[in-house]
Amino acid sequence: MRKIVMMTAAAALMAASTSVKAEDVEVLHWWTSGGEAAALNVLKDDLEGQGIGWQDMPVAGGGGSEAMTVLRARVTSGNPPTAVQMLGFDILDWANEGALADLNIQAGLEGWDEVVPEALQQFAKHDGKWVSAPVNVHSTNWVWANKAVLDELGIAVPTNWDEFVAALEKVKASGKTAIAHGGQAWQDATVFDAVAMSTGGPEFYKKAFIDLDEDTLSSDTMKETFDRMAVIRSYVDDNFSGRDWNLATAMVINGDAAFQMMGDWAKGEFLNAGKVPDTDFLCFRFPGTQDQVTFNADQFAMFAQGPEVGKEQAALATAILSPSFQSAFNVVKGSVPARTDVSDEAFDACGKKGMADLKKAADSGNLYGSMAHGHANPAAVKNAMYDVITAHFNGEYDSATAVDELVTAVQINK
Amino acid sequence: MAAAPAKSSVNWARIILYVLLVFFCIYYLLPLYVMVVNSLKPLSEITAGGMMALPQEWTIAPWLSAWSSAQVGVEATGLRPYFLNSILMVVPAVALSTLVGALNGYVLTKWAFRGSTIVFGLLLFGCFIPFQMVLIPMARMLGLMGLAGSVPGLIFVHFVYGIGFSTLYFRNYYAAFPTELVRAAQIDGAGFFRIFWRILLPSSGPIAVVCIIWQFTNIWNDFLFGASFSDFDSQPMTVALNNLVQSSTGVKEYNVHFAGAIMAALPTLLVYIVAGRYFVRGLMAGSVKG
Amino acid sequence: MSISETSNPRGSGVDRLRDALPKIVLSPTVAIVAIFVYGFILFTLYLSFTDSRILPTFGWVGWQNYENLFRIRAWDTAVSNLVIFGVLYIVICCALGLLLAILLDQRIRAEGFIRTVYLYPMALSFIVTGVAWKWFLDPGIGIEAVVRGWGWTTFEFNWIKDSDMAIYTIVIAAVWQTSGFVMAMFLAGLRGIDSEMMKAAQIDGASTFALYRRIVIPQLRPAFMSAFVVLAHMAIKSYDLVIALTGGGPGRATELPATFMYSYTFTRNQMGIGAASAVIMLMTIAAIIVPYLWSELREKK
Repeated sequence: MRKIVMMTAAAALMAASTSVKAEDVEVLHWWTSGGEAAALNVLKDDLEGQGIGWQDMPVAGGGGSEAMTVLRARVTSGNPPTAVQMLGFDILDWANEGALADLNIQAGLEGWDEVVPEALQQFAKHDGKWVSAPVNVHSTNWVWANKAVLDELGIAVPTNWDEFVAALEKVKASGKTAIAHGGQAWQDATVFDAVAMSTGGPEFYKKAFIDLDEDTLSSDTMKETFDRMAVIRSYVDDNFSGRDWNLATAMVINGDAAFQMMGDWAKGEFLNAGKVPDTDFLCFRFPGTQDQVTFNADQFAMFAQGPEVGKEQAALATAILSPSFQSAFNVVKGSVPARTDVSDEAFDACGKKGMADLKKAADSGNLYGSMAHGHANPAAVKNAMYDVITAHFNGEYDSATAVDELVTAVQINK
Repeated sequence: MAAAPAKSSVNWARIILYVLLVFFCIYYLLPLYVMVVNSLKPLSEITAGGMMALPQEWTIAPWLSAWSSAQVGVEATGLRPYFLNSILMVVPAVALSTLVGALNGYVLTKWAFRGSTIVFGLLLFGCFIPFQMVLIPMARMLGLMGLAGSVPGLIFVHFVYGIGFSTLYFRNYYAAFPTELVRAAQIDGAGFFRIFWRILLPSSGPIAVVCIIWQFTNIWNDFLFGASFSDFDSQPMTVALNNLVQSSTGVKEYNVHFAGAIMAALPTLLVYIVAGRYFVRGLMAGSVKG
Repeated sequence: MSISETSNPRGSGVDRLRDALPKIVLSPTVAIVAIFVYGFILFTLYLSFTDSRILPTFGWVGWQNYENLFRIRAWDTAVSNLVIFGVLYIVICCALGLLLAILLDQRIRAEGFIRTVYLYPMALSFIVTGVAWKWFLDPGIGIEAVVRGWGWTTFEFNWIKDSDMAIYTIVIAAVWQTSGFVMAMFLAGLRGIDSEMMKAAQIDGASTFALYRRIVIPQLRPAFMSAFVVLAHMAIKSYDLVIALTGGGPGRATELPATFMYSYTFTRNQMGIGAASAVIMLMTIAAIIVPYLWSELREKK
């Protein structure tokens, strides 16, 4: 027994000494599906061209939550990866723990402050220091529609709530499912985000979800938002619960349903099914939020490997924010670049629209972090909000109770 | 034991018996059917609906893809490279925990000392500790021991949380083993290890099979430890499978997922099929007797 | 009934070493369990009184995590779900396992094949079977749709979409996974029963039913014990199953303590509350398991 322990210990020492070479980067991420990983491969090739090895550490699941668990284990054991794919408040939390590197030198050289939107910088900088490199911006207030179904029923793209409800009613009357939706907490919250923005406008959205202002959270507008969620619920089919988002997308693709509210990653499903934007399917902002963009941004948080930022980590950060990578990656991924100065030449119709919307929203102060995707408030609050939204959407609370519960949830978890 | 069959020519009891057995076979096989059928269809057939139906167009492309070209990370390697990682982890971990379990069982039954029952009780209670709870402290310990992110680290973790059950199996088995034999050997001058090696171990085959099946299944199928304590070059099969199946915002290729899922399960399935007959025998010989 | 004490006279150092040898062999295991099980339990206990959020921190907050824990509705749901799930799961697995074992013990043709079919689900992890089960239970594409396709248009099986019934679908899938294993344990137990006793009872004219109830089942007690330990351990650790099947939904209707603990510790960055829930969970396990182990182990001495 003793001998065995000693042998394993010796083997471990050998393993440790050979594992991460100084000039390699180890990257923890959850982009494992075809398009995503292929997009990331662009980055890998870029680095290998500079003689920097890429050590891949993919852990998928739960929208990154499995990867975050693994990260905790890695950091606790004193073996953090070089860079970790991360969202919103998680980055700030880790920065608070003092675990992230300071990239200000690279940021200064490359002028990141000028090209990355202010709203996004809030999640990439901590105490005035760049700690993370943003890869893309997903916007979440999109509606995806089957054009053939809309044409057949004579429905124009709705531009406000009432038109939207009228359109939904028409679809429902025709016997098709009006809204394809998957009943998972994050999907419910994605819809809620858009409905809240449309109902109360950007001021309301900011006060309620970003500032967590109690008066706003308990306001009549919030109750109205929940009422509208109940309306949405009445246009969703009965089997929605637990459905994966891409099966909901398939319903729109197949013409069984007319609309789906989902982030821009849904586009990949349409393209993969051989559909063409503006010909087979439409993408438009949730009615009443034409000027706003709610976003979530994937970033690579840079973990401190020592007192100074290593050459390979600096190269990785610089490569991520280079215009060529931003364009190449986002064309494949369906999102839009995190820099607003990248050419939209390579993008399709929906991508061009997304880039234009983002720039406009960033310039006019209409760009807000998505609550549903962890860019408005910390994980504890976000999940507590999920609980309320989901319970209401599943009919456990009426709107008045939901408002009360929302306030309590924020109080406990703030 | 078996009840003697009755002698009537049309034996309704036996017909009902077989109907019941077949019914339960269907119950157990249905999920496997769903997986197999859908792994042999093109994706378009699946998304078009009819997930329970037989393929209209049979294809093995999903299997080839899952094995060698599906995207599980930045490079499209399929599950192939991860197989070896899993084997390198599973074999030593199973061997270690089985061997130590056997030694423990031997001590606890044939060399029982004051308090040995309490030691066994504490060991057994340890089986019930939720793994999610030990994740963070374990990571710290592995870091201190210099085993973080390595195969030996993973082996160690599985060994630690495997000894409870392996000790349980061997203890119950050896409890039924005649103590007189041990005593006789001792009078002949055989020592502690000699008795174990020459007398107990050779007759431990059946219970070793039970223990190995149990440990192999648990360790092969573990995801939590595999993901948390591995490094980029030691990720086991389950992590790769999870990466294949759980893409977040990408297109889901269900047919490839199912093919990969069955593939990942093949080693355990094989163990069950090959060792299955010894399994009941092993259980019979040991663990379910007092 | 230790052998060493009676047969070895105390004397030289070599003898003393020989006496101590069994304990030395056992000691690494004891040390490992002391640190990696009981040490970690103490650590978690300590964490549950701290303000830990994303990583362990050591600011003392007293009972606050416990107070918060009991204010969270999902915790109540998780606990009551564990009771429903645990009881049904253990009872059904034992009943079904026993039934299958008795059926298989009737000199069946192709016993080996059928046994393997019953046993194989144990070999698969829920990462593997979760998706199949999810589809299967989904009313839109699974069994409901199929039965309706056969012409029975009013057939309903939508438990997985129903907050009140969803926990039972978890039971169905869990039973599917382990009942074969329990069957194997009982089958082994049945095979170990003295056939002379059975013959004698049969000659006395006992009916098959009475035979099983009076003679066979009471003798299976050790098998029940093993089955109970294995099943209770599985029930408490059920995590993959829920995540794969329902993700805790609809809403949070199928939350179990294991999923609750995981989500607070790791996804919600409330490690203190997560630790508090782990402590409560362990105490509950101890309250059930310890008396049982106590009585079983003491009797055998």
